[in-house]
Amino acid sequence: MARKILNVVEVAYRATIEEQDDTVVWITHAMKGGGADIHMLLRGNAVSYAVKGQDASGLSFGGKAQTQPPRIEEDVAKLIGKGVEVYVVEDDAAERGLERTDLIEGLKPVSRAGLPKLFAQFDQIWHW
Amino acid sequence: MADKKTLSVVLMDAPYESARSTTAFRIIDAAVRRGHTVKVFCYEGAVAQAFVKQAPHANAVHGRDLAAEDHPNPKDWIAAMMAAAEAAGGKLEWMNCGLCVDERGVGEVIPGVTRGSPVDLWKGAEASDNTLVVPTK
Repeated sequence: MARKILNVVEVAYRATIEEQDDTVVWITHAMKGGGADIHMLLRGNAVSYAVKGQDASGLSFGGKAQTQPPRIEEDVAKLIGKGVEVYVVEDDAAERGLERTDLIEGLKPVSRAGLPKLFAQFDQIWHW
Repeated sequence: MADKKTLSVVLMDAPYESARSTTAFRIIDAAVRRGHTVKVFCYEGAVAQAFVKQAPHANAVHGRDLAAEDHPNPKDWIAAMMAAAEAAGGKLEWMNCGLCVDERGVGEVIPGVTRGSPVDLWKGAEASDNTLVVPTK
């Protein structure tokens, strides 16, 4: 039986324009597709990955336009659709003025104080 | 031997960018010298750690020529750690994320370095006693 892994995403919007996605969200998709029992926690600035209505389109340098801008909240939603549990630290969201209605559906809120209990449910914690 | 472990280490920083890479190398070195098997998976900029065209340089500020400066290249440290692992009866496996390599054009690597996917990372982690992620911050 595969180990249960939790990817903790904290660094946000690092090279997401160049990559046209978030690298840790991407690798979570790839490993889930390969059969991993892998899940994700958004904390710190990365809670913004779950905000609805993000639009990074319109970038153009020297007339060369980016045609596939990152659509990170869609990538997170697709993870949920694949059966990945996506947790969000509700304290971090509140500190950034984000209400539950600002975020996509299907997230599992967790308090900062509740993190040790959550971590105990996983075999490995990968903190990116 | 029962006390020998298999460890996965994920690197993410490009060479010459962060002390995290040096710290990770210290951990890897300590593990392989004790005969443990270490599986390194390089993601994003870390795929350049084993790029074969890294070259040492002289340093006029230091007042040293090429030989005296003896500028270190991570590819040489990786090769040295692979040899140390073998001498200690363990193994250092070094795998690059293939897509990350393609993005950066750093496909020319030192002998022994392989190319893989995130699924290979996951399978390696499944086969390891534990996994350490050393991310970019």
